Amino acid sequence: MATTEETRARAVRPNLTWVGTRPVRPDGVDKVTGRAKFGADLQLPGMLVGRMLRSPYPHARIRSIDTSKAEGLKGVKAAVTRDDFEDLPSEFVPAGEMLVNYRDMVRNVMAREKALYEGHAVAAVAATSAAVARQALSLIEVDYEPLPHVIDVLEAMEPDAPLLHEDLVTAGVEPPPEAPSNIAKRLSFTLGDSEAGLEEADLVVEREFTTRPVHQAYIEPHACVANVSEDDYAELWCTTQGHYVVRAFCAKLLGLDISKLRVTASEIGGGFGGKTVVYLEPVALALARKARRPVKMVMSREEVFLASGPAPGTHVWVKMGATRDGRITAAEAVLKYQAGAFQGSPITPGAMCAFAPYALENVKVTGYDVVTNRPKVASYRAPGGPMSEYAVECVVDEIAKTLAIDPVELRLKNAAREGTRTVYGPKFGPIGLIETLEQAEHHDHYRAPLAPNQGRGVACGFWFNIGGESCASLHVNDDGTVTLTVGTPDIGGSRASLCLMAAEELGIDFEKVQPIVADTSSLGFTFLTAGSRSTFASGLAVIEATRDAVRQLCRRAAQIWELPEESVRWQDGCARSEESEDAPEPLSLAELATVAGKTGGPIVGHAQLNAQGVAPSFGTHIVDVEVDRETGLVTVVRYTAIQDAGKAIHPSYVEGQYQGGAVQGIGWALNEEYIYGEDGRVENPSFLDYRIPVASDVPMIETVLVEVPNPRHPYGVRGVGETPIIPPLAAIANAVESALGIRFSELPMSPPRVLAAIHEGAGTA
Amino acid sequence: MARVVLTPNLSQLAGGETEVELTASTIRQLLRELGDRYPELKPHLDEGVAVAIDGQIYQDAWLEPVPPESEVHLLPQIAGG
Repeated sequence: MATTEETRARAVRPNLTWVGTRPVRPDGVDKVTGRAKFGADLQLPGMLVGRMLRSPYPHARIRSIDTSKAEGLKGVKAAVTRDDFEDLPSEFVPAGEMLVNYRDMVRNVMAREKALYEGHAVAAVAATSAAVARQALSLIEVDYEPLPHVIDVLEAMEPDAPLLHEDLVTAGVEPPPEAPSNIAKRLSFTLGDSEAGLEEADLVVEREFTTRPVHQAYIEPHACVANVSEDDYAELWCTTQGHYVVRAFCAKLLGLDISKLRVTASEIGGGFGGKTVVYLEPVALALARKARRPVKMVMSREEVFLASGPAPGTHVWVKMGATRDGRITAAEAVLKYQAGAFQGSPITPGAMCAFAPYALENVKVTGYDVVTNRPKVASYRAPGGPMSEYAVECVVDEIAKTLAIDPVELRLKNAAREGTRTVYGPKFGPIGLIETLEQAEHHDHYRAPLAPNQGRGVACGFWFNIGGESCASLHVNDDGTVTLTVGTPDIGGSRASLCLMAAEELGIDFEKVQPIVADTSSLGFTFLTAGSRSTFASGLAVIEATRDAVRQLCRRAAQIWELPEESVRWQDGCARSEESEDAPEPLSLAELATVAGKTGGPIVGHAQLNAQGVAPSFGTHIVDVEVDRETGLVTVVRYTAIQDAGKAIHPSYVEGQYQGGAVQGIGWALNEEYIYGEDGRVENPSFLDYRIPVASDVPMIETVLVEVPNPRHPYGVRGVGETPIIPPLAAIANAVESALGIRFSELPMSPPRVLAAIHEGAGTA
Repeated sequence: MARVVLTPNLSQLAGGETEVELTASTIRQLLRELGDRYPELKPHLDEGVAVAIDGQIYQDAWLEPVPPESEVHLLPQIAGG
């Protein structure tokens, strides 16, 4: 077994000074003293209040919209509807590194022919006060023709289901179907011969699973302030995971030149994937353009639930076969994911990662992307992964128990490793799944005794991680301090990790490096903080920018010393000449910075890149639960998250990612769900009735950092933000099964559902 | 020559071919060659695919070299939350 210490020792660069330490994050004091400025915190002179009118119907044709009475109300300065947004063609086009269908986007921002879910935006006003804005909304006359709706994914796939889009033809089927349906896409991945593999098996387990849509539940609602001048220069301040992407989307929807729109990212109170799209921003800009005054829009919590993207609800069928000694011979899955009102569920990554933790020769996965009368789904931490891997990890657990093999041993026997071919084609490079399983097997948690009504579960998780475009600039100030400018909004401590890498490269104190997240006009395009990419991709840009500055510092020293440039090297924060008896004294960064004006001007390092060389991250979680047989309440009593970080640049914030992902997964497993009435309306759009875990609901999440370095990153970074939300769903289901002897195939395992199953003495499948 | 493996969804747009051998020195050349050979595939390639070369996944990396005798897989692009 490789210990943590041993795997750490395999890190790409030894003898690190700053990387791997735990200083306080640069934004820490502002966050805990209330100084940090979030989306709703900006105030401008003459600012108006924007409010949205939303559809009360889950599906309705919009015959007409009349805003004249609202516009006549004193204090109302502008109103917008579908008529204020140009229609755009249905095609997937690249936008800020994403493939976007602007026809769908413009319709999601503002309903056009039809309202497709309860809460769909229909009109908006800007007024001098919230009270006037609310009154104005009540004066807007919308003539709706209510239509039959469909909420459930399986019902939406039926041939006679109400159609959301009369022109939606299933993609991925040749020849294309003649009739439209709610099935937007079918896809499949195959490896080997799954039917033959199943015939080899001594045991075949076939199960179906259902998960409900869950919201990202960021504490800060969507919020923005827009301002558009008379010559159409626009400014936008907003809470987002990627202000450059917001700029691209808004410029397209409003017909603006990208250079005329400057977007500044506020501090962000959580995003988890849900702040990678636009909702309010184009509308606020449209209102500001009409009113020629700043407009602030802030969603209520109810609006966040009704009108911003949750993760999809799913139906997953899994069939796996194994020999008596625990070798998995084949695996099949059929995934059906709700996309919400517009196509684009994360069915593709869901299908690709379902069986990724296993070295399998025979696999077949089929996926369906299905539209329903719900809000359009948005990314949520490892989008698509938790649901498919939940189903697979439950079946793996059942195989282990049926064959009387320890569940960790069974996973070790079948675990993916370097050289394992994935169902989507390529073979894995160096990965750390086995190391996480070995850590689990030898962790004292795994051997600790259980009390009555308690059970223990284990599950693994996988996520790809991504790279992408990032820029960074490093300004050397004349007192020897450094200002680091990046373009990725800081959600989980990325400013700290980026400054640590800059300090390491420069050989100066971490406190000497001050970061700033630049607005879109101050630094080149930088993709989202998403896909577990910021520390990896923006980190690569920071390292390159720092090395650019170091080259300039060495050149200045060589010029001062009148020595050849190649004879100067950078070490421990100083320029040094080749060792010799008459070598000049080293020149520190501060000394070189002081004379920068006399040696050629400011020293600024810069880098722009499209980061490649990404590596995936695997994790293994162990959880103990206790079930109250009288109430059905499942309590998590102990939880350990083990994951391969590649290299933890700032271990505390890596651990924070493990803990946060685990807690969100606990909520997904035990409580969170959208509850719809027969009328197609959401019955629980508030934190009172949509129950996310709070601090008193969970134990301290124990963490184990495994570090199997990514050989394509100077420090070995992989990316860690998404994998930890995947294992909890199955780990908890497996633990509940151990406690009760009942396997739940439907999430969440909320008290009413658990109690009913206890009374029935069976699962709720 | 690089050996290019197509997913089932792309294969059905390439006359059922699951593997293609072709000569290309960069990802851009490889995608262009594939699009020329299988016109139905071209719109999907233009929309964007990830390309794995000998196990390493590249996204939007037109100029990445494709070594001779390499194993290439075309995949859907990956995003994230």
